[in-house]
Amino acid sequence: MVGLAAAFGSGAMTNSLPELEDAKVIFITGSNTTENHPIAAKWIFRAKAKGAKIIVADPRWIQMSDLADIAVQQRLGTDVALLNGLMHIILKEGWQDQAYIDERTEGFPELAAKLEEYPPDKVAQITGIDASTLRRMAEMFAKEKPASIVYCMGITQHTTGVDNVKSLANLAMITGNVGFASAGVNPLRGQNNVQGACDMGGLPNVFSGYQPVADETANAKFSKAWGRELPNKPGLTILEMFNGIDDGKIKALYVVGENPMLSDPDLHHVESSLKKVELLIVQDIFPTQTARMAHVVLPGACFAEKEGTFSNTERRVLLVRQAIPPVGESRPDWEIIRDLSTRFGYPMNYQSPEEIFEEIKSLTPSYAGMSYARLADKGLQWPCPTPEHPGTVFLHKDRFTRGKGAFSVIPYKPPAEVIDADYPMWLSTGRTFVHYHTGTMTRVSPSLHQEQAEGYVEINPADARTMKIKDGERIKVSSRRGEIQIKAKLSPKVDRGVVFIPFHFAETAANMLTNPAFDPAAKIPELKVCAVKVEKLAA
Amino acid sequence: MDFRTVPTICSYCGCGCGMLLEVLDGTVISTLPMKTHPVSQGSLCIKGWNIHEFINSDQRLKHPLVRKNGQQVQATWDEALDAAAQGLRRIVDQHGPDAVAILASAKVTNEENFLLNKFSRAAIGTNNIDHCARL
Repeated sequence: MVGLAAAFGSGAMTNSLPELEDAKVIFITGSNTTENHPIAAKWIFRAKAKGAKIIVADPRWIQMSDLADIAVQQRLGTDVALLNGLMHIILKEGWQDQAYIDERTEGFPELAAKLEEYPPDKVAQITGIDASTLRRMAEMFAKEKPASIVYCMGITQHTTGVDNVKSLANLAMITGNVGFASAGVNPLRGQNNVQGACDMGGLPNVFSGYQPVADETANAKFSKAWGRELPNKPGLTILEMFNGIDDGKIKALYVVGENPMLSDPDLHHVESSLKKVELLIVQDIFPTQTARMAHVVLPGACFAEKEGTFSNTERRVLLVRQAIPPVGESRPDWEIIRDLSTRFGYPMNYQSPEEIFEEIKSLTPSYAGMSYARLADKGLQWPCPTPEHPGTVFLHKDRFTRGKGAFSVIPYKPPAEVIDADYPMWLSTGRTFVHYHTGTMTRVSPSLHQEQAEGYVEINPADARTMKIKDGERIKVSSRRGEIQIKAKLSPKVDRGVVFIPFHFAETAANMLTNPAFDPAAKIPELKVCAVKVEKLAA
Repeated sequence: MDFRTVPTICSYCGCGCGMLLEVLDGTVISTLPMKTHPVSQGSLCIKGWNIHEFINSDQRLKHPLVRKNGQQVQATWDEALDAAAQGLRRIVDQHGPDAVAILASAKVTNEENFLLNKFSRAAIGTNNIDHCARL
């Protein structure tokens, strides 16, 4: 989000999922689309059927790689080098859209100068992709329009996550692919309402609609509406919160619908922090690993038991309807927050989610033209500033939100932790098609549990042979932060020297091993790359 | 017999697929894809097709819990909300609002996230609010 906001002025997906169907080229990188966003993948299949060229760059050989016209497996954490290399070739060959660059962007000469440093031979050495393949990729992407870029956590969960995203924005802009139908830079959101949580001010630096807390006008507007002088210094990010607990600065943590005890890197550290906090309040629908550590547990209602709205990955605000009453004594989360606030001494009196939505509209320009009545049919995509506005299918038409598109000069930096003699293999983590995030919802589902009951580590068959590891054998995987025992799954999906572990499974938690080193700007941890050791268990 | 289908939105990934929950006598018994939804157009993935199974899981939290003598014990809503509110009040009074941190959620609704943002900034008085979009 930080990367796209810097380049374009808005951190959201630029285009919509159905538009993918009419793209001429789709470049998929760091998104295992068929497993994690199957319905987005459907639109890519339709594009393929209509003749679109598909390019896949992913350290694993994913299902989309089979579909692709060109599929490459770059080394883990070498995305910036790869993208700079592609742009180097595009400029050398004159395949860029110079008219678009001149009219719509700024900072091109500085970028072009930096790209001189990334000739194909050097990029081939860093990424492991040969120079002729790099040239074919660059040509395929640059020569037809519209070209759409689709990415996900494989791009962002790095210490260079923001650099990776900015590099994708560079690539889209030098080829003139932002601000048009079926083009753009498109992050697929991993959770149903990540977009909404960001839109609604669930971030330390902004109110709803990305209005900065430090902006005098915005702060005054919200202070007046809420009858309090509001703090104007940005707060702590999630990883800074845990460090704040360690330093004794954070005494209370209120966690709603999150399970950091499984999703966050370096779980030993998370656990020791949660034990230290004086007051841990957890509001969830399941007794998660985090809830079990809480001083107070507040049972929320699930999506089928309440009303409200979700904002999907393409900025579409959709109406959620109540099907059944909340189970047991659980209550809708909005009622719990309202009542907690009142008891704390700041009364709230909302009688329905729709009443809250009316307040959202009054304070959030991008949502101002929406209403539950208008959302009832197909939802509306923000920005939707007036009651007559049809919503916005793709962003940055004719003009970027920030004015001109900003190129960034991005040098390649290796991952925070690299392999060495003690920890000689690369570990990457991710999700599978059956399960979801920390598994609290999917692992209690009998049908899904039957599909995939336990965790595993994917290892290349050649590596397994060398280490005398058999398919299905329990082995030990360790890093500088912890160790787990886990079943081996021999798979050519991962290259030699690389292993992959899905992070859904608490008993074989990949995040015991991962590295909490984080991107300096977005503060996103490097969950996708660390160094590990793989060993047979003692007989 | 009371049978209804309720149109709503899947709560797994960010695609926001449309679904019809089949409700029989107050229980969600099945899930169907929604043909008229602009993104999913009659499709669902394996997780979406089976979403009713987690709704009905007997592992769901059904009562508030409060820790007493090291053990989490069942509590009334009054007890739990008071414990939470008074605990927060004590910490804010002793250490200031920035001693509190809040994790909002990519799983709950816009309205609920908006209230958390208001609770954090207006009630507690801190900008220490974030969520797991980074993870």
